[in-house]
Amino acid sequence: MSTTLVPDRIDAKTWTRFTPGQRFARYTVYFALVLALVVSARSVEIIPEFLWDAPEQMQDLFKRMWPIAWAHYPGGVHDALVETLHIASLGTLFAVIMAIPIGICAANNVVPSKPINYLAKLVLVASRSVNSLVWALLFVGVFGPGALAGTLAIAFRSIGFVGKLIGEALEEVPRGSIEALQATGSPWLSILSKGYWPAVEPAFWSIVLFRWDINVRESAVLGLVGAGGIGLALNAAIDLFQWDRVAMCLFAIFVVVIVAEIVVTQIRKRVL
Amino acid sequence: MTTATPTTLSIKHLSKSYVAGKPVLKDISLDIADCGITAIIGPSGTGKSTLIRCINRLVEPTSGEIHFEGGNLVALDRSGLRLARRHIGMVFQEYNLVERLTVMENLLTGRLGYVSPFKAWLRKFPEADIARAFELLDAVGLGSFANQRADSLSGGQRQRVGIARALMQEPKLLLADEPTSSLDPKTSVEVMALMRDLCHARGIPVVVNMHDVELAKRFADRIIGMSGGNVVYDGGPAGLTDDVLKSIYGGEDWLQ
Amino acid sequence: MSSTAVQPPAPRVAFRTNWWSRAAWIALAIYVVYAMSRLEITWDRFVLGLGNGAKFLDRMFPPHIIQPDSLLKGLTESLEIAFLASALGILISLPIGLFAARNLMPVWATWPARAIIALCRTFHPVIVAIVFVKAVGFGAMAGILALVVASIGFIGKLFAEAIEEISLKQVEAVRASGAPFMSVIAFGVMPQVFGRFVGFATYQLDSNLRNSTMVGIVGAGGIGGTLFSAFQRFDYDFVCAILLCIIGMIMAGEILAQWVRKVFLERGKVDEE
Repeated sequence: MSTTLVPDRIDAKTWTRFTPGQRFARYTVYFALVLALVVSARSVEIIPEFLWDAPEQMQDLFKRMWPIAWAHYPGGVHDALVETLHIASLGTLFAVIMAIPIGICAANNVVPSKPINYLAKLVLVASRSVNSLVWALLFVGVFGPGALAGTLAIAFRSIGFVGKLIGEALEEVPRGSIEALQATGSPWLSILSKGYWPAVEPAFWSIVLFRWDINVRESAVLGLVGAGGIGLALNAAIDLFQWDRVAMCLFAIFVVVIVAEIVVTQIRKRVL
Repeated sequence: MTTATPTTLSIKHLSKSYVAGKPVLKDISLDIADCGITAIIGPSGTGKSTLIRCINRLVEPTSGEIHFEGGNLVALDRSGLRLARRHIGMVFQEYNLVERLTVMENLLTGRLGYVSPFKAWLRKFPEADIARAFELLDAVGLGSFANQRADSLSGGQRQRVGIARALMQEPKLLLADEPTSSLDPKTSVEVMALMRDLCHARGIPVVVNMHDVELAKRFADRIIGMSGGNVVYDGGPAGLTDDVLKSIYGGEDWLQ
Repeated sequence: MSSTAVQPPAPRVAFRTNWWSRAAWIALAIYVVYAMSRLEITWDRFVLGLGNGAKFLDRMFPPHIIQPDSLLKGLTESLEIAFLASALGILISLPIGLFAARNLMPVWATWPARAIIALCRTFHPVIVAIVFVKAVGFGAMAGILALVVASIGFIGKLFAEAIEEISLKQVEAVRASGAPFMSVIAFGVMPQVFGRFVGFATYQLDSNLRNSTMVGIVGAGGIGGTLFSAFQRFDYDFVCAILLCIIGMIMAGEILAQWVRKVFLERGKVDEE
């Protein structure tokens, strides 16, 4: 390793005390990794017969998927697909509306109160730790099956993501311009709208678009637990073993996700 | 100019220590008269900037009193401080404009203390404010730049916007924290001249700290020399002899 | 005042109206109203749900572990799935990412590699898991394969981008010494991307851990199955207990990943200097 030798030597000179510790930590990680892998591989339940069977089954699956049931699209897929997009968009919007105040509370320079910062961060972490499918399960339990549950699931899962990034963007706003507004005697809300907002605006839109892109992907599965969207159509087709219709759904998801990604990258390139 | 004009600002026994037991400002008392430029000079790290920032409490003083418009700034609560700050303009070394707003919007941030946040957000500023903003823009020579974004301006132009923003407040006192340190020598002179002319015309006293002694001598009516957190010289620019400068900065090699 | 600049133009407008942004805001407002009516999201439903929510929460607390065996088994299985899927996924995605790097590889190699990555990235792991459940049957294997696919999509893409950003000077220096292709990769490319690689490998492990708790919903092993069946039996107190365990596990994983990143990235930083 020609390039890493030199830094290591510098390491040894300036950080002699820490090098053995670092080494030890690194070897611990390697060892733990290998151990975890070995233990996992030995104890995980895999039925070999199923595995040998897999290529055949896969072939069978693809054979059943082809030809794709294009005719199913207008009647069975289109509405569900549009619903998925609405769930993703509205979910992102609701998330942003809720995430802005929480993100502001999480930024120490905007709200200089440690307890409020920690409380806001706790809310954000809680939101991120629960998968959108779990949020969907919970909201289906509360609101019954349908798009409302899906929209709220997307929204609640996204709060953590959007809020965390908004908070971080706010904390990176240069102190100078904020100080200047404070010196003019501006009220807090005006400093927020005329000092912080212009500074984080590009980051904000970028975060929103990024999350919308992710949400388009995520909202496609929500139907599996009854929370609306194309997942419902997919689930129905799978339950009835109509694999050509499954293929239709998968294809529709594929196209929408790719188009969403292209739209987002284009907007980011042109506008932001 | 320590003549008997009525005082605008009166600092009494001001001390500041960032770390307990290591004061940056040691019991400073000063009266700032009703007009003219007061320049604070001194070596780096001697508390010039801290002194300026203590006046409008961007830095909280540790002890002492600052009397301004009949009240003690140090004793004010948050909202009282906010109202008092509206009457104190400030110009910064790094201009501190809101980069992504237009020049006009930056000027109008000087009025934020008077406009409700909601109206400010909708950019519904009073007609009079907008008219005055245009007037000030003409005065600083940036009349055609109103709709340009601040980040498209040069350093000198930004500082002119900074001065105009401070004057939008119709301040009773202007603080300037190293306003020329980020500018080239020619622009520095232009900016100082602009500040002097505009403030003189409006009768606004200016407290400015600077590290360029020649510039201070050229523009200031009164010079305060600081060293080690104490005021070691207070008088006109003419009295700033080499001996005095030595007592402020120490050593003598740097004097020609 | 030296430069009295250009004379200002006659009509003086304080603010230029941004018609585009106004139109966009109006369009957004119209869209929201339309979409909400289509999804039948109404205030009444929301309020009605809130009442349900109170009952729901009431039944969730206090959390109660009804089947400790199944909980423990599910959690370990999720962990195993996450570990194995990450290892396999990273192993497979390295060559694919390398093939997809446009600065090192010819077009005939980058195009198929990029297509594979795009395909892997498109589908949510749970959807991929459905397909694998059909192919290899219920159980952990389907989950592992689904997460391998997800890992390939994620790591392959980032790895390709990381390689595309490296400095070619170092690569050329190694090439100039007459090194064979594999040595060019090992000495010219790998040292430059190692730090970032550790970054996204730990991220992927973290992300696989999260998803490994979910693939069980479609029968692909792990705690998700236990969770879903508890839901369907309306054992909400058990659901709550499972959720708390999952959150605990994920947070522990996140802390661990952060620590690992710290251990390795200190060296990564030195490498850059």
